[in-house]
Amino acid sequence: MSGAPEALAATFAPGARVKVRRAAPPGHLRTPWYIRGQVGEVERLCGAFANPEELAYNRPGVPRQPLYRVRFRQRELWPDYRGAAQDTIEIEIYQHWLEPAP
Amino acid sequence: MRSHHDMGGLPAGPVERSEHDYALWEKRVDALMVLLSAPQRRLLRVDELRRNVEALPPDAYDRMSYYERWISAIANTLLQRGVFTADELGRKMAEVEARQETP
Amino acid sequence: MTADSHRHAHDHPTRADDDDRLTHWQAMEIALRELLIAKGIITADDVRGAVEAMDARSPAQGARVVARAWSDPAYKARLLADGTAAVSELGIDMATTRLLVVENRPGLHNLIVCTLCSCYPRMLLGLPPDWYKSRAYRSRAVREPRAVLREFGTTLADGVELRVHDSTADMRYLVLPERPAGTEGWSEDRLAALVSRDSMIGVTRPSA
Repeated sequence: MSGAPEALAATFAPGARVKVRRAAPPGHLRTPWYIRGQVGEVERLCGAFANPEELAYNRPGVPRQPLYRVRFRQRELWPDYRGAAQDTIEIEIYQHWLEPAP
Repeated sequence: MRSHHDMGGLPAGPVERSEHDYALWEKRVDALMVLLSAPQRRLLRVDELRRNVEALPPDAYDRMSYYERWISAIANTLLQRGVFTADELGRKMAEVEARQETP
Repeated sequence: MTADSHRHAHDHPTRADDDDRLTHWQAMEIALRELLIAKGIITADDVRGAVEAMDARSPAQGARVVARAWSDPAYKARLLADGTAAVSELGIDMATTRLLVVENRPGLHNLIVCTLCSCYPRMLLGLPPDWYKSRAYRSRAVREPRAVLREFGTTLADGVELRVHDSTADMRYLVLPERPAGTEGWSEDRLAALVSRDSMIGVTRPSA
């Protein structure tokens, strides 16, 4: 289909604060349960990749989705976190799971 | 609802450090996955395999070993893709099992 | 087949299949393979070749990369900037995945996990150990990583940032451990011998 983008434009820049959407559709998802609803900071844009949720059904998964690495503070994720205050976790998250955080 | 395979952050016991040498049949399962997903065949995608592993009932997921889950997922994916029919696979499995009986 | 192709790599002993009854899943593996061969989709040689290729991969590949990075600052810079390209210089092909090498430094320790399944840099480290794929590791490495590290004998100082990487998509991760003190002037081979699989996952640290 002429004019359709091969990859969606990236909407977040490194350093942007983002919130992971809460959603629970059936099927194959690569956004872990524990990170949904959490707020973090974009560490980098990895590039655009075919959507695994679609690939899981043998569909092409296009247009390709921007994929980010997002950094979260462990103390904000787990109320009972007993490690150090500066401990972090970084996860790859597809753009359609992210929205701007307040 | 959290899917059974999506276990990050759940409580669990100590990490058991024991390791096992992979059996030949397990290595062959891995080989099938690599061969069937290769660009020149594209008969399955790793994403389809993962979906089929994740769709296993929770008790089966926990009870089955890693490569048991994968061979199950490869079979389901190839059935979904129509590479063979359930009848073909069932007959071949029965034949394989019958060979064991023959002295 | 030549005699060489029957030689098993001694680092990867294959556990002999049980002489007892085939399990349902073992029978399925045999049946699938035979069906696929009968349909001309794969050959028996394809399967043998894939198994041998996998046996040939071991943490030695990753250790070579680490030793090169420790010895050659320019290589290390390339490795951190673009892991995929840098390991291809050493003949390692990441196929459809991308390699991200994360560096341990005095104030930072990295730990790799795949909570959703078992994503692992197989081209560099071979097949993952059972524990990496276990419920206990996948559940706890993101939530109480310091406790998990202690089970592996690794204690981090409070001032060190522990950064966990959950390998959820197309990236694969290799930890570049800190070069141990007292190894100045060592050859790459001697350095590589210090680098264990577990240190490249991040559960342990190398020492000289």
